[in-house]
Amino acid sequence: MMKRSLFKSPAIAILGLLLAGGCNPDNPQSILVASGPVAQRQLDLFNLLLWAVTIIFVLVCGWLVYTVIRYRRKPGQGIPEQVHGNTKLEITWTVIPALLLAAVAVPTVAAQFYITEPPAGSDQMRIEVTGHQWWWSVVYPDSGVVTANEIRVPVGKAVVVDLTAEDVIHSFWIPKLAGKIDVVPGKTTSMWFQADEPGEYLGQCAEFCGESHAWMKFRVIAQSPEEYEAWTQAQLADAPQPATEAETTGAQLFITKACIACHKIEGVPAAAGVIGPNLTHVASRTAIAAGVLDNTEENVRAWIKDPSEFKPGNIMNRDGLAYTNPQFALNEDDLNNLTAYILSLK
Amino acid sequence: MATIAGVFSRPTRPTGIWAWISTVDHKKIGALYGVTAFVFFLVGGLEALIMRLQLARAEHGIVSAEVFSQLFTMHALTMIFLAIMPLSAAFFNLVVPLMIGARDVAFPRLNAFSYWVFLLGAFILQTGWIVGSSPNTGWFAYAPLTAESFNPSKGMDFYVVGLGVLGVSSVAAALNFIITIINMRAPGMTLMRLPVFIWMTLVTSFLLVTAMPVITVGLIELYMDRTFGMNFFNVDAGADVILWQHLFWVFGHPEVYILILPAMGIISEVLPTFSRKPLYGYPVVVLSGITIGFMGWAVWSHHMFTVGLGPIANSVFAITTMFIAVPTGIKIFNWIGTLWGGSVDLKTAPLFAIGFIFLFIVGGLSGVMHAISPSDAQQQDTYFIVAHIHYVLFGGSIMAVFAGIYYWFPKATGRLLSERVGKWHFWLTMLGMNLAFYPMHFLGLDGMVRRNYTYPEGMGWDFWNMVSTIGAFILGFATLIFVHNFFRSLRKGEISGDDPWDGRTLEWSIPSPPPEYNFAVIPTVHGRDAFWEQKHGSGHGVHAPAGGAYDHDEGHGIHMPSPSILPLITSLGLGIAGYGLVYSFPVAILGAAITMFGTYAWSMEPATAPDEH
Ligand code: HEC
Ligand SMILES: [Cu+2]
Ligand SMILES: [Cu+2]
Repeated sequence: MMKRSLFKSPAIAILGLLLAGGCNPDNPQSILVASGPVAQRQLDLFNLLLWAVTIIFVLVCGWLVYTVIRYRRKPGQGIPEQVHGNTKLEITWTVIPALLLAAVAVPTVAAQFYITEPPAGSDQMRIEVTGHQWWWSVVYPDSGVVTANEIRVPVGKAVVVDLTAEDVIHSFWIPKLAGKIDVVPGKTTSMWFQADEPGEYLGQCAEFCGESHAWMKFRVIAQSPEEYEAWTQAQLADAPQPATEAETTGAQLFITKACIACHKIEGVPAAAGVIGPNLTHVASRTAIAAGVLDNTEENVRAWIKDPSEFKPGNIMNRDGLAYTNPQFALNEDDLNNLTAYILSLK
Repeated sequence: MATIAGVFSRPTRPTGIWAWISTVDHKKIGALYGVTAFVFFLVGGLEALIMRLQLARAEHGIVSAEVFSQLFTMHALTMIFLAIMPLSAAFFNLVVPLMIGARDVAFPRLNAFSYWVFLLGAFILQTGWIVGSSPNTGWFAYAPLTAESFNPSKGMDFYVVGLGVLGVSSVAAALNFIITIINMRAPGMTLMRLPVFIWMTLVTSFLLVTAMPVITVGLIELYMDRTFGMNFFNVDAGADVILWQHLFWVFGHPEVYILILPAMGIISEVLPTFSRKPLYGYPVVVLSGITIGFMGWAVWSHHMFTVGLGPIANSVFAITTMFIAVPTGIKIFNWIGTLWGGSVDLKTAPLFAIGFIFLFIVGGLSGVMHAISPSDAQQQDTYFIVAHIHYVLFGGSIMAVFAGIYYWFPKATGRLLSERVGKWHFWLTMLGMNLAFYPMHFLGLDGMVRRNYTYPEGMGWDFWNMVSTIGAFILGFATLIFVHNFFRSLRKGEISGDDPWDGRTLEWSIPSPPPEYNFAVIPTVHGRDAFWEQKHGSGHGVHAPAGGAYDHDEGHGIHMPSPSILPLITSLGLGIAGYGLVYSFPVAILGAAITMFGTYAWSMEPATAPDEH
């Protein structure tokens, strides 16, 4: 008896820590605080299960530890009674778990249908996202906006995302808004999410997709419907004309250094590449390189200088003439001018 | 006939290294499996430690992204195919014939062949480290990342050929054990008198025979794609790359049970012995093992909950997966029921077994959480899953392996492993294991994606990653303690006697280490736990001279299979063919010719060495 009470109280304290105690819900990708109905539904189920398994864990492990302590061999102990089993008990511990699981199956199936499609009649919009090694292109089919790595949505609206991949399998995940769905070449998968509060939500590719998989992130920015509308209008405009001397030189370099082979800039007919992100309004985004670098002058310059410093194996570095052909190499002035031009693409 | 027999004569009583190379003795083969697998266990552990070093801090530069990809791929392949599976094979070999009262397995030469093929497959799989390009797509190798266009290095070829060759070994070994268990049981050992470890071996072997061909189909298709430009997984030619995932996981989930059922069998032997009680609810434990074997085929898509198979498919697989927890739970309850009311001697072997139950409960419960497909969409591909698999594979399989080693070491060697060092090994393993893997639950829930070679600062992942790394190194240290215990006890360990644990099954009725022929007289069995019954019960358990009645000169007239070199030659051919498939077809043809010659010679080889009659 003594032994048992000794075991009990620290056990409960440890248990508190063992559960979600070690987690930090403030983390930008924590799933323990949801910011939209899909993630919330998933969190509710998770919490239900967490409680269920915790109770089972305490009961069964408590039983195990108690048994081991109580029936530990004592010196001189004879042979214990040779019990072979007990049919009633065994049926009980078969049936009870089965019933518990059957009970959990009901909300599971309901939630599975819920997270697949938004409720009929809800306020919806669609976007199309394509996964590339190691970035995301984003198209708004209704308005015609094309962007990359940053998804702007109005709060309170169900956003249905149709996904496909250009090369290998990726997985689209916004922990605070919705669980992941794989992004498969040759197929279209879909999911939906909705942001209830304005804010910035981090997303990340969750399926191993090659060398820079760790750096294939993105952001979802939820705004009021008015701000979202204003953003849409701004995105539909052509890229601004270069204003300063540096920007003008940068715009020429963008063509002569063959950046145009991969990047599209609306309003610059020569720049029609589709291998890399659309840069028409790249300066209006909060981050570059698929959510990896904040969109500052320093970062843009460093990225253009050597993309592989941030993302090993990336295609810009692997195939871009500026990096593979010395005749196209960028000097310090080129870098400054290109950076100025990129940052002018508001 | 005589001339052919003359050409293919069998080696006679070789000694030294030749004794090992030409052995067909199941105990020697078991030792080979065990030692080889343990070396690979250390290799896989080293890979894990390098990864843990890399992840200890944000943006750590210990290894590059590419090397990290190779490390996590090879860590999984090594631990699954080259450590846990062959460790199980080691136990099958060492224990099965002894437990069922047989003198060897049904096909001793095939048994040797299985081992050599395993060794060659392992070499092929590991070649990447030597030539500088190991497989780097994760052990699941999802198409099309494995395609020549995305992955021109030789790594994927080693993956394809290595796993293919290992599959040959697994299937050959599994068939051998199925036939052995069905046909070679001692008289009176009916199926419902089989020790549970034998039952689990049987179920595992059936799973191997049925699951390996599925992955083999996938591997051949991938090989065709990469080598001959076929289009099984070429999206541009209209392929559906999800096909690979189905092939892989239809194999992959039964594989999970291939890894854990032998462990459950070991636990089901260790617990009764050390609590001096029969296994609680034997028929139910056996039945639940068989049920798991069948249900293991109906849950594979839980690895694909986020693939977008649709809500109906996801719901069905969620439910089947949830219900596979029922037979698993039954086993756990029955194990605790076995301890209940017993006289539990907390030696190292049962400590590992009890540790197994504890850790497996944690892993099993997080497994049920993954079965809930909607919330699994938040857990899939995060560290939450990494935590789960290590609780079931390290906390499960490896803990049971250690329980089994402490339990059967005296039978195999005649000496005991040190209990004092063993206790250190156990408690440090528990500490390291939980420090290394429990925090991964937190990391997963905090959104850390697995297989990332690094992570930025400011995500709040630094602390638990550091803790996990410390835990991993404690685990590594604990393993070194075991290695020390093993080698020391091999030479200086206390002499164990034939039956150090007051065992229940037939292997404890013969000398330690067993003579080559195992049983001088094949025992007749009259009940479950036959040897225990003979010692403590009605005395009707087994009719055979026990322990001391043995004399090493006895059994001189017993006819044992002679050694043979042909299993090695035949498998060498396969190994050469494997490298040929990667590098050059003429070499592959040469290898195939050697295998054909080996097989032919094998079938012509006389049953015994000429002078042994
Ligand atoms: C071979 C194709 C290619 C060429 C040529 C190329 N890029 Fe890129 N670029 C890419 C790809 C692909 C990305 C996305 C990289 C990632 O995030 O993984 C990218 C990303 C960028 C980004 C960040 C965009 C964002 O929203 O994240 C900028 C800025 C950029 N490139 C500028 C340039 C400049 C300037 C040049 C000319 C010197 C250039 N690129 C040449 C392929 C190319
Ligand atoms: Cu990825
Ligand atoms: Cu599975």
